[in-house]
Amino acid sequence: MSVLRPLDKLPSLNTATILLVGTEDALLQQLADSMLKEDCASELKVHLAKSLPLPSSVNRPRIDLIVFVVNLHSKYSLQNTEESLHHVDASFFLGKVCFLATGAGRESHCSIHRHTVVKLAHTYQSPLLYCDLEVEGFRVTMAQRLVRVLQICAGHVPGVSALNLLSLLRSSEGPSLEDL
Amino acid sequence: MDETVAEFIKRTILKIPLNELTTILKAWDFLSENQLQTVNFRQRKESVVQHLIHLCEEKRASLNDAALLDIIYTQFHQHQKVWDVFQMSKGPGEDVDLFDMKQFKNSFKKILQRALKNVTVSFRETEENAVWIRIAWGTQYTKPNQYKPTYVVYYSQTPYAFKSSSTLRRNTPLLGQALTIASKHHQIVKMDLRSRYLDSLKAIVFKQYNQTFETHNSTTPLQERSLGLDINMDSRIIHENIVEKERVQRITQETFGDYPQPQLEFAQYKLETKFKSDLNGSILAEREEPLRCLIKFSSPHLLEALKSLAPAALFSRIQKLLCYSASHSQGTQDLSSYVPLYTRC
Repeated sequence: MSVLRPLDKLPSLNTATILLVGTEDALLQQLADSMLKEDCASELKVHLAKSLPLPSSVNRPRIDLIVFVVNLHSKYSLQNTEESLHHVDASFFLGKVCFLATGAGRESHCSIHRHTVVKLAHTYQSPLLYCDLEVEGFRVTMAQRLVRVLQICAGHVPGVSALNLLSLLRSSEGPSLEDL
Repeated sequence: MDETVAEFIKRTILKIPLNELTTILKAWDFLSENQLQTVNFRQRKESVVQHLIHLCEEKRASLNDAALLDIIYTQFHQHQKVWDVFQMSKGPGEDVDLFDMKQFKNSFKKILQRALKNVTVSFRETEENAVWIRIAWGTQYTKPNQYKPTYVVYYSQTPYAFKSSSTLRRNTPLLGQALTIASKHHQIVKMDLRSRYLDSLKAIVFKQYNQTFETHNSTTPLQERSLGLDINMDSRIIHENIVEKERVQRITQETFGDYPQPQLEFAQYKLETKFKSDLNGSILAEREEPLRCLIKFSSPHLLEALKSLAPAALFSRIQKLLCYSASHSQGTQDLSSYVPLYTRC
């Protein structure tokens, strides 16, 4: 079973690679385009995948950040994410994985409750971000955030590591989440 | 000119929108160029209509001319009616006869007039060997109702006829019979297709869709062509599942073809099945009655929507269903046993 490991390849010079995993291909493509439009000192590479495991490829660079995009309108999307999570090595979850829930704006179309995703993110100890990827403004903002997080995960920001960032984000969560 | 005819022509012309009026009148070819030039089409519609009726009276328009105008109006506004499709067949061992339009028309008219004394039948031939027939129905004692006619479009080189659905359904068997006998067929059957768009029905019935011609000169590599990639696409974006995507695109293309799909608005699948079980006491297997279910798809343009499902990666069994349905090319089907379809949503 091929599992994604964070440190099994050597990093390339000044390159940061993000892997977006989700069933909604059009949304992933748009998010990728928005991310690449950002100004960034490092070279960005975006990989888009529908699910894990990835087809085997020797040419793939080291993946610095995985973002699982869950569409709240689709139960299939959640199921796909849960299945893909099995193919990620545990050491990835030290700050290099992030969940992105889209579609929360249209409450009437949501078939997954928000708490489900919150619980999923809590189980995997990873941050959960909300963004309606269909709305351009929100998407651009989210792209900016993801680029910054990616730079940190790739180690391009001196003094901050992925684990630092994770504990920073975790400490801002209220104690109510522990009750879930 | 009869008052009823005048009223009929007036109502027909009133239905025509002003921008189409000259085109339709030219197609009608009843009023001469000179007469048409005397009409000022920029007036208010009522005045234009009055003038035209006056001209028709001068030329003594008959009921047939009025019916012809009605046919032309319907030809321009095909989508206002809902069309059914009928398929005729010859008996086994019968030869294919040469089609004679004149004989067909005479025969058709005679059959209807023999059955119902009061009926108005008009014909208009168009290209592609099609004849438009307009029938206004009456009974033995009442005159034909010109405002509720039935239209039939018969393609003489094929066994198919399209009929507009009308409220007077009691005349349908007679119409079917007349059509069958006049066109020298044996049997007529109503197909499970209905639409407002004659072109789509034609495309489905004459199998004009999905014409993919293999050319050896296609130089664009499959990947670019099928993924519809922008040439300027960023090379920093890498699709991991590109092999899978290409496969999906290829299957979609094989099933649907490159050309625009005929416009289907809804499709209905009926399933009636009994269950069999090895274990004793399975609830479903013990039922006396078969299990029935009905699945209905509807959309402004159903086939295009289904075609775009695959690239949007929203299915897996739905696509198998489509491969099945597209190859059978029918809007609705009765399936006697079929794996229930899984909808992913």
